[in-house]
Amino acid sequence: MAYFIQLVFAGIAVGCIYALIGLGFSIIFKASGVINFAQGELLLVGAYIVSAGVFEWHIGFLPALFLGIAVTVAIGLLFERFILRRMVGRPVFSILMITIGLDIVLRTGVILRWGTNPISPGTPFEITSGVNFGGVHFGASDIWTIIITVVLCAALYYFFNLTRYGLAMRATALDQEAALALGINIRTVYALAWGISAAIATIGGIFLATKSFTIDPTLGSTALLAFPAIILGGLDSLSGAVLGGIIIGLAEVLTAGYESRFANLLGAGFHEITPYLIMILVLLIWPYGIFGTRKVERI
Amino acid sequence: MSASSTSRRSLTGASADPPRLLGSLSRWASLCIVLIVIVAFFLIASEDWLTIVNDTLIAAIAALSLNVLSGYTGQISLGIAFFMAVGAYTAALLGGDRPTSSGDPLGLGLSFLIWLPAAGIVTALVGALIGPTALRLKGFYLGIVTLALVFIGHYLFLNARGLTGGPQGRTFPAPAFGDFSFAQQNDFFGLALTPGQEYFLLILPILGLSALFVGNVMRSRAGRAFQAVRDNEEGASIMGVNLFEAKMGAFILSSFLAGIAGALFASYSRYIVPNYWDLTLSIQFVAAIIVGGLASVWGSILGAAFVFALPLMLDQFSLLPPSSSSNSLSGGDLNALIYGLLIIAFLLFEPGGVVGLVQRWQKVVRKFNSHGGEGGEPAQVIDLAAPDRDAQPNVDDPSLPKSESR
Repeated sequence: MAYFIQLVFAGIAVGCIYALIGLGFSIIFKASGVINFAQGELLLVGAYIVSAGVFEWHIGFLPALFLGIAVTVAIGLLFERFILRRMVGRPVFSILMITIGLDIVLRTGVILRWGTNPISPGTPFEITSGVNFGGVHFGASDIWTIIITVVLCAALYYFFNLTRYGLAMRATALDQEAALALGINIRTVYALAWGISAAIATIGGIFLATKSFTIDPTLGSTALLAFPAIILGGLDSLSGAVLGGIIIGLAEVLTAGYESRFANLLGAGFHEITPYLIMILVLLIWPYGIFGTRKVERI
Repeated sequence: MSASSTSRRSLTGASADPPRLLGSLSRWASLCIVLIVIVAFFLIASEDWLTIVNDTLIAAIAALSLNVLSGYTGQISLGIAFFMAVGAYTAALLGGDRPTSSGDPLGLGLSFLIWLPAAGIVTALVGALIGPTALRLKGFYLGIVTLALVFIGHYLFLNARGLTGGPQGRTFPAPAFGDFSFAQQNDFFGLALTPGQEYFLLILPILGLSALFVGNVMRSRAGRAFQAVRDNEEGASIMGVNLFEAKMGAFILSSFLAGIAGALFASYSRYIVPNYWDLTLSIQFVAAIIVGGLASVWGSILGAAFVFALPLMLDQFSLLPPSSSSNSLSGGDLNALIYGLLIIAFLLFEPGGVVGLVQRWQKVVRKFNSHGGEGGEPAQVIDLAAPDRDAQPNVDDPSLPKSESR
């Protein structure tokens, strides 16, 4: 039983990371209809800068965190302003591929600067610290992941429901022309979406790196596990991204915890593909996800 | 290539001749020059160069395959690595050596003439199985599902030890006709052929056939349907294109070529671990077709040369400055940085890729020449048939595609 609770706790913590990354995807998709394949690499850049800030430049965790957020936000804003804005009206294919171009550039940039060897993640606490309670180990990073995710979700809820710009973003997502007619500055909305999403990516990157104890350039592809989360929740739904993230995290960790009992049947590494299997199943049955708007096009 | 330019010539006007396969004298001349270059390369190139060129030619077949699906039909796919792997493992299963001890991966030891076509056919069948599920989705969704395919494939390949050798990988068969095995040097009518030359003689015709086939399919009814689907799905559907059939056709053709390319690549490498078939490989092919030219046969070949030959050449001939830091710059990384930037630049400024640039340049040259000669380019006649007011589409016509039924 303690094992099960341990897994559920770990699953929720992992799910919170996927939720954070998924939120980044969803905010951009909702505002501008673009899936940003470079989100995983924004996260990678953020995690590396924070780590370098702590261990290489010795500026302390919080300044490093702000530096990381500042750099990723700057990359996001510049990419949106100078590249993506010129692509308005182009086929989905081109828009997706151009974010893959950014993805390649960012990952190679990180490799050129820091190499491919794993380095330690920058965190404000000991990676292995935590508390034991009733035979269950609650890791400090897991607890912090959950707390920060809850705080961020509350802040985003407040932002999207009770502030001027948050409402403007929702209005734009709902109907761009009507929003324009009401005097909403769409450019600000796009910039806000990319800025928020890049900032969340950095925070998600720190937790993802802490979870795996090291950072290396493959971290970005781990972030792709947020795709099943947002598909499950519905691409354009923020609460869906959070819920989907937690479900996917739980599914992955629970499978990882119990798959050794079925090793003859499942082989090794089955937990790595459970999120994708769930995603394909969801796409077949519920293409619009749990909370998404029903407009996925089919032939 | 010859196909598209002859058809363009007949469009722009003067000649009403049926398009000839090879066209004018200058075309014959350039063909001869290309042939001489190929033969000269074949005779004098070192084994290192042959390796680079053979890898590139195989990559060009795979790029062609992705171009059929993404360039011509407009369906986003990140799953080509998976389909190449299916082809490779089919080849390994059918052509591999029979296991001698219990730990060896499976192999039936069949002839090359069986395993190579089978690699394509089995991959096409796998594509036909996956297609109906994947192609229900459009745009980003298809991209994400094909991405999932790569990860699921990776899991399957790591665990199917009997077929793939597990994480340690397995050997792949070399083509052989009796004693004439491509794995070793052979005497061929007094000419000593190295393995690189033998593979070159095998791969180049396969690439040529594939390129000719794709180029011609794209001028046929089916190919026009693919391109109509890419340009406007609703429009294509209204014009009578069965969207599902067109997409499935492209998916199956693409899978077939990917399977052939995968089998050839594995056979040429002789030994591959399952980790090779990862997302990076898929993304390299995406980069290749964008840089080379979407919806272009030549674009696929040029793009493959750029993405796959360049890093090999940089590493092979150590053209990079020796780096002093511990994070040494590899040719692959530098090349990735360049093609990442080029993807962005080409999509922004010239979505036609290198081929688009060449066409733009040719247009300028032609304009310049015609101005010098007869004072103006002949206006292109666009034949807009007068709309027939009486003709009304028969809504109940059963031959019209039922778009909602799938």
